[in-house]
Amino acid sequence: MVAEVTFFILSALALGSAVMVITRRNPVHSALWLIVTLFSVGGVFLILRAPFLFAVQIILYVGGIMVLIIFVIMLVSVDVSGRQQQFSRQWLVGLTTVLILAAELGYALYRGSKGFLLARSAPAAALENNTQAIGTALYQNYMLPVEIASILLLVAMVGAVLMAKRKME
Amino acid sequence: MTTVSIPDVMRILPELILAGFAILVMLFEPFVPAGRKRVLGWIALLGVLVAGMAFTWAPPNAGMAFSGSIAADGFSYFFIFLFLTIAALALLGSINYLERDNIHHAEYYALILFSTVGMCFMAASAELIMIFLGLEISSLSTYVLAGFRRHDPRSNESAMKYFLLGSFATAFFLYGIAFVYGLTGTTNLVDLAADLAQPGKWSTLTRAALILMFVGLAFKVSTVPFQIWTPDVYQGAPAPVTAFLSTGPKAAAFAVLVRIFLGLAGPSGPAAFWVIWISAALTMTVGNFAALLQKNVKRMLAYSAIAHAGYVLVGLAAAMASGSTEGASAVLFYLAAYAFMNVGAFLLIAHLAGPGEGRTEISDFTGLGRAAPGAAACLTVFMLSLSGIPSTAGFFAKFYVFRASVHAGLIGLTIIAVLNSVVSVYYYLNLVVTMYMREGEPQAARTPMPLPLYSAIAASLFAIFYLGLYPNHFLLLSTLSSKPLP
Repeated sequence: MVAEVTFFILSALALGSAVMVITRRNPVHSALWLIVTLFSVGGVFLILRAPFLFAVQIILYVGGIMVLIIFVIMLVSVDVSGRQQQFSRQWLVGLTTVLILAAELGYALYRGSKGFLLARSAPAAALENNTQAIGTALYQNYMLPVEIASILLLVAMVGAVLMAKRKME
Repeated sequence: MTTVSIPDVMRILPELILAGFAILVMLFEPFVPAGRKRVLGWIALLGVLVAGMAFTWAPPNAGMAFSGSIAADGFSYFFIFLFLTIAALALLGSINYLERDNIHHAEYYALILFSTVGMCFMAASAELIMIFLGLEISSLSTYVLAGFRRHDPRSNESAMKYFLLGSFATAFFLYGIAFVYGLTGTTNLVDLAADLAQPGKWSTLTRAALILMFVGLAFKVSTVPFQIWTPDVYQGAPAPVTAFLSTGPKAAAFAVLVRIFLGLAGPSGPAAFWVIWISAALTMTVGNFAALLQKNVKRMLAYSAIAHAGYVLVGLAAAMASGSTEGASAVLFYLAAYAFMNVGAFLLIAHLAGPGEGRTEISDFTGLGRAAPGAAACLTVFMLSLSGIPSTAGFFAKFYVFRASVHAGLIGLTIIAVLNSVVSVYYYLNLVVTMYMREGEPQAARTPMPLPLYSAIAASLFAIFYLGLYPNHFLLLSTLSSKPLP
C-alpha cells in the first residue's frame, strides 16, 4: 500500500516535471526541472527493488545534467532563446508519433503479460541482493565485454579528438 | 567462481596483441621526428605479424572462452587470419600514400589496428553483446578513417554519411539483440540455438528480431536496399582506406551473418531463407547494372563491391537451403579471394590517382598500358579476377558459390548470378580496354611504385594466381573452417 502511494506520487512528480521541462522558456530552468524528473524516475526504480538502477540513474543522469547546464550556459544565449518560437513546426509529426506509441502501449496493456511470448521474469526472491548479482555477472560472465568496451571508448575518444582538432601539425 | 585462465587468454591473444600495438603506435608518435613517421607504419605492421605468428606458433585449443563469450574454432581462426592479411596489405599500401598526401599521423595506423581488433571479435564471438562491441569498434574506427583526408570535402562527406547511416544501422542490430534477449532471456548464441530449437519458440517477434539483426549487418555488407551509402563513402574515403573498408568489415559482417543465420535460423521456417534469396538477387543485379554507368574508377569498384556482396549471399542462401558445408565453405573462399583482388585494385588506384587523388576518372587511365606497362598489367589482372576469368582467384570463388547453389537446388538464383557475372565483364574490361586500346596521354601518375606498395601488390597477385591455379588447398581449408562452433 505504501509502495503504491509512493509510486503514484513519484510518477506524478516525474510527469509533471517532464511537462515543465518542455514548457519552460529558460533552458537552465528546463535543465533543473529535468533533474526533478530523473530523481523521480530513480525513486520508481527504488520501489521496484532495483537499487543499482537507482544509483546509476542518479550518478549518470543527474550528474550528466550538470554538464548539460554548463553546455547550455556556454553555447546558448539565454536571452535569445527566451524570444524564440517555443515549439518546432514538426508538432504534427510529433503528435502522430505519440499517438502511435500510445496505441502500441495500450495494445500491450490490453493483451496483458501473458499476451506475448516473453521470457519469464525473475521470481521475487531473486530480487534480493541484485546489485551484487549485477556485479557478479558483469565481472564474471560478462567480464570480457566489460573490458573490451574500454577499447571502444578509446577508439571513440581518439576519433573524436582527431576529427575535431582544428589543425594537425 | 570463474577466474581468467591462461587458455582463455590464449584464445584472444591476436586481439590483445593488436590492441597493444595500436596503443604503442600512438604512444610512440611524440618520439618520432616529423620526417620519419613511416617507422610507425612498420611498428603497426610488426603488430599484425606478431599477432599472426603468436597464433601460428601456439595455436590455442579450440573451444569456448570467457564464459561462452568467445568461440575459438576453425571458423574464427580463418577469419582472424583473413583480417590480419587484409590489415597487413592495407598498412603496406598506406605508408607512402600518407606521406605523399601529407596526412601522416600515428592515429591512422592505430585505427587500422583497432578496426582489425573489432573485426576479429566479431568473427570470434559467440555472444551477441561481444559481436555488437566488435561491430562498434570496427565501425567507429572506419568512420574516422574514411574522413582522414580532413581538408578534402569529399572525404568529409564520406565520413559524415558513413557515420550517420552506420550508426543508424547499428541501432537496428542492437534493437534485434534487445528483442532476442527479451524473447529468450539470453544473448549467448549457444544457449540461443538450444532455446530456439525447441518447438513453438519461433513467433513473429522472433523472426522480426532476426530480420532486424539482418538489416544491421546488411548495411555493413551493403546489400540492396541498404547500399545507398556505398558509392559515396568508397569514393570519398582515401583509397587505401577504401581497400580496407570494402574487404575487412564486410567479411566480418558476413562472418556474423553466417554464425547467426546458419546457427540459429535453421528451425525458423522459410522466411529467413527467402530474405537472403531476395536480397542476393537484388544486390547482384542493382550492383552490376549501376556499375555499368560509372565514369569514376572508385565508384565503379564500389558498385562492383555491392555486386560481389550479392554473390556471397548466394553462397549463404545455398548453405541455408542445403545445410551442407559446401555453401558455407564457398562463402569463406569467396570472401578471401575477393579480399585479395579488391585490396590490390584499390591500393594500385591509390597510387595511380596521384597526389590528392586527383585522377580517378576512368578516362584518366587512357593509354596507361604504354606509359606504365607494369601497373597497367597488375590492374588488368585485378579486373580479370574481379570479373571471374579462369586461372584467377575470382573464377574459382564464383565457381564454388555457383556449384553450391546448384547442388542446393537454387537453379533460379544461380541463373541470375551467372547472367550477372556476364554483365560485370563489360565494365571490368572497359577499364582494361581504356588502358590498352584508347589513344591518348594518361593523366594517371607514372611515378614508380614505392617498395611497400609494390610488395603488397605482389602479394595480392601471388594470392590471386595461387587461388586461381591451385584452389584445392584453400578450398580444403575453408571447408574445414566452415563449421562454426555453436
